[in-house]
Amino acid sequence: MKAGLLAAFGSGALFGAGLAISSMTDRFVVLGFLDVAGAFDPTLVFVMLGAVTVTAIGFRLVLRMRAPALGGGFRLPTKDAVDMRLLAGAAIFGVGWGLAGFCPGPVLVDGAAGLPDAWVFVPAMLAGSFCAGRIAAA
Amino acid sequence: MNTGIQALLGGILIGLAATLLLWSIGRIAGISGIVNGIMGAPRGDRAWRAAFLAGMMIVGALAMQFVPSPPRIQTGATPLLLAAGFLVGFGTRVGSGCTSGHGVCGLGRLSWRSAAAVVTFMAAGMATVYVMRHLPGSAS
Repeated sequence: MKAGLLAAFGSGALFGAGLAISSMTDRFVVLGFLDVAGAFDPTLVFVMLGAVTVTAIGFRLVLRMRAPALGGGFRLPTKDAVDMRLLAGAAIFGVGWGLAGFCPGPVLVDGAAGLPDAWVFVPAMLAGSFCAGRIAAA
Repeated sequence: MNTGIQALLGGILIGLAATLLLWSIGRIAGISGIVNGIMGAPRGDRAWRAAFLAGMMIVGALAMQFVPSPPRIQTGATPLLLAAGFLVGFGTRVGSGCTSGHGVCGLGRLSWRSAAAVVTFMAAGMATVYVMRHLPGSAS
């Protein structure tokens, strides 16, 4: 259990460092990627390229294992259907992402770094998630 | 350092982070899912989420202080940020994932479902930026 928490902390640490080094914590860099008709900023393309190359190879190797190194079994998403719920959710997320340039990982790091915009955004994000959870449960 | 190299390096770290999480405890590093589970998940399923987020926020915030190009601090309009935050929280919950879950991990697993989500949120994001920045009468 302790080793698992340490691994999770370490993974989070690498993730956070990656977000900071790649400037994904700068919401204007992200908005630049989305601004295809204006001052396009390709930074996010390089980030995704680096990340997905590693996961495409790494996940394949890891999933050959019978179980995770610290036990407990793999917990992978079970759905594989492209349904309206998925597309509607992704579209709503995309509009919010385009309005501010924040997505959940970077905005939490920005919040920890004390950026005022993140402090406004994060409570609204949690409220949005809470409402969606309520609607799903109803 | 060249921003392209820096971005690639950061991306590789993110990919390694996701691989480490799957290798060690068998979990997917999707930030919106990890955050949502902090409140809703069963008791034994919460601690690793808190540990991951603590690592991400502490080390990420520290790393930001040393990065050659720190984020531009520019205060956005509060109503816009509130609306954006609400939509991001709502949408990632309904759509079961964000840039990390569907993007970094889902694409890595070669999931069509995630690929459809990524194309959809990127298109929606680009359309939104177009409306905000380039339509006549837009704010910026």
